[in-house]
Amino acid sequence: MIAHGLKHRGSALWIAAMIHRLSGLALAIFLPVHFFVLGLSLHGGARLDSFLRWSDQPLVKLAEGGLVFLLTVHLLGGLRVLVIENFDWRDGQKQLATLAAAISAVVAFVFLVRMF
Amino acid sequence: MNVRLYVWQRATAALMVPLVLIHIAVIFYATRQQMTATDILSRTHGSIVWASYYGLFVAAVSIHASIGVRNVLAEWTPLAERHAGQFAIMAGIVLALLGAHAIFALVVT
Amino acid sequence: MPETPAHLSVSLWRGGREGRYEAYTVPRRESQTVLDVVTYVQRHIDPTLTYRFACRVGMCGSCAMTVNGHPRWTCRTHVAKVADGGNLEIGPLENLPVIKDLATDMAPFFEKWQQAKGVFAPSATRSDALARIKPASPARLAADAAIECINCGVCYSACDTVRWNGDYLGPAALNRAWTLVNDERDAGNTARLQAIAASGGCHSCHSHQSCQEHCPLALNPTASIAGLKRRAAAAYLKGELKA
Repeated sequence: MIAHGLKHRGSALWIAAMIHRLSGLALAIFLPVHFFVLGLSLHGGARLDSFLRWSDQPLVKLAEGGLVFLLTVHLLGGLRVLVIENFDWRDGQKQLATLAAAISAVVAFVFLVRMF
Repeated sequence: MNVRLYVWQRATAALMVPLVLIHIAVIFYATRQQMTATDILSRTHGSIVWASYYGLFVAAVSIHASIGVRNVLAEWTPLAERHAGQFAIMAGIVLALLGAHAIFALVVT
Repeated sequence: MPETPAHLSVSLWRGGREGRYEAYTVPRRESQTVLDVVTYVQRHIDPTLTYRFACRVGMCGSCAMTVNGHPRWTCRTHVAKVADGGNLEIGPLENLPVIKDLATDMAPFFEKWQQAKGVFAPSATRSDALARIKPASPARLAADAAIECINCGVCYSACDTVRWNGDYLGPAALNRAWTLVNDERDAGNTARLQAIAASGGCHSCHSHQSCQEHCPLALNPTASIAGLKRRAAAAYLKGELKA
């Protein structure tokens, strides 16, 4: 009907919830692939090694850094939910949410640096 | 989403907090040591500890992701809640089977 | 300081579920509220405009509408605060069926209130002694923090989960249920917890907190709903609930 109602979706907490949901979806898609690749090692180290060599490519390393970011951000977003639901209300949640995003970015960046 | 799904969702989430942190630490360690597949497999082969740890992890994530996917499908697609639930259960089973297969590969062969 | 322009251009939703925004030009006045603007249009430009108001002093909640994308009480919204570069877009509350123009059908909102068992269930009769409630008891404090809700529908209109999930009871209904869960005199908690623990109940809330951000009385339905989640989970784990 009236599609102009997107204005208030800019709040930090709404964005935090949305990132939490989207990172969860992305992880739900990535994990079967991740498990499948590990299963390749069933045929011995050789197949896993050839995959690991493929994963030396910069684009793949970038993607893996992105996934570490997704995992961390989803974890921190989940902690936000668990805290709201199980502890007394606290103010300053917006700042905490922003901090959580920053921490995720740092962790992912560190991971990425180690990979290259 | 009802109370039963909620409890399972939150419980598996809480359980996975330490499991994920350990996993990230393990991966950081493995990449720092630049371990090859043979290195990794020599450490995991026959290990009850790794099998139990990752077995628990796979079970938890299969349940958690399944419920999450159910919510997203019910809210963001025209699927009825019942069908969203069915699809989500299938997704959970796929995850669990692939995960079990991966653990089997790491620990048994 | 730039001079206040003499006129304001406003877009008002006209129609029902189908319709369009129509533009009007309204004289700008000092301390003008959005309700003043809507009233001016109806009285001086187009008498067929439909809208609701009652007290016009921020007590009844009848004048709630969507103003530049946010649900607000129009009688308590100064134009100066929200006019985006001299433009104002006013529509009916979201997540509710539109009757006409700026008036919505509040029936689904109140039906969900009933579904959440937001109704006091007495445990005593007039012949019994009055209940003695300690005002500072944790339960009473929790109930008092949430009890001022006048059911204006702003939180319901702001909530994305309401938008996405037709079964979701919504922040106001659940907030009301929370006040009763904390009422020592109430005898209806078994049925109430069952109602809010079912599909579409409190567990559907994702804690976006749009409700809390928009509530004109600064109530916090997210916190109330978090309390309900704890109560329902505890009851479920103790085997007191069916799910």
